[in-house]
Amino acid sequence: MPTISVTRDVLYERLGKTFTDEDFEDECFDFGIELDDIVEENNVVKFKIDIPANRYDLLCVEGLSRAMNVFRDRMIVPKFTVVPGKEKLIVDDSVSGVRPYCVAAVLRDMKFTEESYNSFILLQDKLHQNIGRERSLVSIGTHDLDTIQGPFTYQALAPEQIKFQPLNQDSVMTAPEMFEKFRQTYLKPYLQIIEGKPLYPLITDANGVVLSLPPIINGEHSKITLDTKNVFIEVTACDRAKCRIVIDTICSMFSEYCSTPFTCESVTVESSSGSVQTPPMKYQTMECNAAQLCTKGGITGLTPDSVADHLTKMFLPSKAVGEQVTVEIGPTRHDVLHQCDVEEDLAIAYGYNNITEQVPNLNTIGAEQECNKLSDAIREELARAGFTEVLTFSLCSRDDISTSLRNGKALEEAVQIANPKSNEFQVVRTSLLPGILKTASCNRKMPLPLKLFEVSDVVFKSEDTETGSKNQRKICALFSGKTSGFEVVHGLLDRIMLSLSETNYSIRASEESMFFTGRGADILLGTEKIGHLGILHPEVLENFEISLPCSVLEMSLEPFV
Amino acid sequence: VLSSGINAEYGDVKKRKLISPVVTKFYKVTKGPGFSTTIQRPEADLTAEMLQDGSWKSKTFKDYNFAARGAPMTSGYLHPLLKVRAEYRRIFLDMGFSEMPTAQFVENGFWNFDALFQPQQHPARDAHDTFFISDPALTKEAKFPSDYLERVKTTHEKGGYGSTGYDYDWKVVEAQKNILRTHTTAVSARMLYKIAQQPEFKPVKMFSIDRVFRNETLDATHLAEFHQIEGVVADRNLNLGHLIGILHTFFKKLGIEKLKFKPAYNPYTEPSMEIFSYHEGLKKWVEIGNSGIFRPEMLLPMGLPADVNVIAWGLSLERPTMIKCGINNIRELIGPKVNLNMVQDFPICRVNKA
Repeated sequence: MPTISVTRDVLYERLGKTFTDEDFEDECFDFGIELDDIVEENNVVKFKIDIPANRYDLLCVEGLSRAMNVFRDRMIVPKFTVVPGKEKLIVDDSVSGVRPYCVAAVLRDMKFTEESYNSFILLQDKLHQNIGRERSLVSIGTHDLDTIQGPFTYQALAPEQIKFQPLNQDSVMTAPEMFEKFRQTYLKPYLQIIEGKPLYPLITDANGVVLSLPPIINGEHSKITLDTKNVFIEVTACDRAKCRIVIDTICSMFSEYCSTPFTCESVTVESSSGSVQTPPMKYQTMECNAAQLCTKGGITGLTPDSVADHLTKMFLPSKAVGEQVTVEIGPTRHDVLHQCDVEEDLAIAYGYNNITEQVPNLNTIGAEQECNKLSDAIREELARAGFTEVLTFSLCSRDDISTSLRNGKALEEAVQIANPKSNEFQVVRTSLLPGILKTASCNRKMPLPLKLFEVSDVVFKSEDTETGSKNQRKICALFSGKTSGFEVVHGLLDRIMLSLSETNYSIRASEESMFFTGRGADILLGTEKIGHLGILHPEVLENFEISLPCSVLEMSLEPFV
Repeated sequence: VLSSGINAEYGDVKKRKLISPVVTKFYKVTKGPGFSTTIQRPEADLTAEMLQDGSWKSKTFKDYNFAARGAPMTSGYLHPLLKVRAEYRRIFLDMGFSEMPTAQFVENGFWNFDALFQPQQHPARDAHDTFFISDPALTKEAKFPSDYLERVKTTHEKGGYGSTGYDYDWKVVEAQKNILRTHTTAVSARMLYKIAQQPEFKPVKMFSIDRVFRNETLDATHLAEFHQIEGVVADRNLNLGHLIGILHTFFKKLGIEKLKFKPAYNPYTEPSMEIFSYHEGLKKWVEIGNSGIFRPEMLLPMGLPADVNVIAWGLSLERPTMIKCGINNIRELIGPKVNLNMVQDFPICRVNKA
């Protein structure tokens, strides 16, 4: 969930009210956002507010306060207009292999203050981080239009051909030189988005002045200052829908500072597939039946006019005509995909906590999964036999199931993780032994003998399932004391089989190197091996840092389900 | 006893070592109530021999130390978290819910994300949130129901069923990627699809409590694997009022009566609600779960009738257990570092009692 930082006093000024912290928290609760933290930076109180991941229109104080003001009936939903502009951006086909999409817009006659300037930068950062997926999908460049001259070109060139003075640098550099320099800075993570590609994307003006090298860095030449009046915004992307959402968001958020508020100027974007005016800033209307909108929320007693009023409060200006409601969905509400999104907003405006509860009139008979039912019964038997239950992790290291258990072959049948953050998450366990042995090792101070058990799933690779892997429910028990307790785990096996009403089992000497020589056995159900038991080999004990002899039993529960 | 007059002289003479005091002790001895001419040691315990030969009648017994503790019991023990799990299972069964088959940790992108209308470029599908499998890496495309797959693809790309969709290019290879499931909702999706294939729709109530995996940064309250509890009800014309009603019923069985609901966002439910309860001890509202109504873009491509709504809610098993037991570090509750003394001392779990 994205978190934004807003200056408390700026927010309260825009809301026209000073709240107590508790009152503001309540306000946030009903609206669906969360005041996560209150911090003080340089003697200025800032609110850290959690915003739902699909609400790009709430990612800055401008959008957030506007939405809250409309919600509290202090403000009418502004209408955003796009005025045809003269600027042109030409998209060359060369970008199709690296960063295909580009849109642009102009904010005319802006007036920045230090506060709004910072907010402008912060919004771009947030959009880069979230919907832009750390700039890999979408990135934004904003420029002082008075320092550059259209028509603008978006093309891809060989890195060595790209030469300009990057933002905040003193000299002109080629792209490779820039990349070397930026490897030591905060820009490092973004380099790999285009590094290694034959051509890098570049935006230039009619005189060859470089505006930006997306998604890495803008040019120093066109940088925005507090005195900038006319802003040229370009958004480049690998995802066409997100490209549109980002430019609509910037324009709808910051056009409030233009001399004609909520107006932006279009740019003609020409490419081999035709010519379009951007930013889209589209309005859609949804025709809904007022009563139908109420059913999902379980809302009763609202007239179509009230439904329309409630939706308008949610930044979805609506009008009732008879039994129908016409809902206007503007460029700030890209999160609305379906009528259910409107239904949710209606329920929010009505208040979730005002909805009358009803219990579903549905009689059904409960049922358990047989495997879980049997597992619970076996667990009870094992506890009654004097063993203590442990609950350990499904993920472990490769060594845990193989070399530490003196079982070289284990990895062949194990499911392996592609992106483990540490070696504790390399494989999904094929045996419950590593977990139970680690628990024994961590609980050295317990009185002896130590008797532990676990009944849980392990995972094996499997040819005949959809995903190529399969869970297996296993029982595992351990005895550790001054003596090995082999006869105890053997006795436990007999007890388990008795509980399962199973007489057709036997044990036979095993060659497995996990066990102490001559002290390991396979457990057979009929002629099929379903598990093993024995005294662990001293090397295994050493690998798990256990200093006392241990006997273990591990078997599959699956044949008995 | 010396009179005070002689005291000073006494001290003087003693100092000059001309006299030394001689202490004479004498006892006056009389017969007490326990007087006996034979020596007898008091017994600690009543034994079988004493009963047999009747000697218990003539023996004396030591006082029993009622202030000391009794002997510790030798016993086996069940794990605390699984005791809590048993309580939650019981609650669902009491409410007529059927358990879903969740013994399948490895899932594919299709059922974990795509079937739930979660877009392919979503942050949750990132390598830093999800565990991807290197071996076996992919589910074979032939294993997916092909016409359903086409409908899912179209809904993501272009919309339909009243939706605008996401407008991006849906790739089947993302759906094929095997992962460790990030939620048991993947199983709920499989179950709903099966239900939709039946000739006649029958309403259901289903639940699951099982492991899920998140590749997140670990800290005192977050592990890579934990247990998710999920409840699902599918019936015609269900609405938020029904969801609120069933949540009140469910949480009442946990001894929680005061609930508050907050607007939230999930990619696959709309409306979505976060569930808060009032914690008497902490004197504040605490989030205890998440819930919502599944989106039409998820249900309609499966083939469920248009008037069927599916309400669902979920919470973790670990969090309420930690809050109830005052445990701050999740590794004290699950994993090898759990103190077995804690396991052995853990009381009967009565989830509905404070």
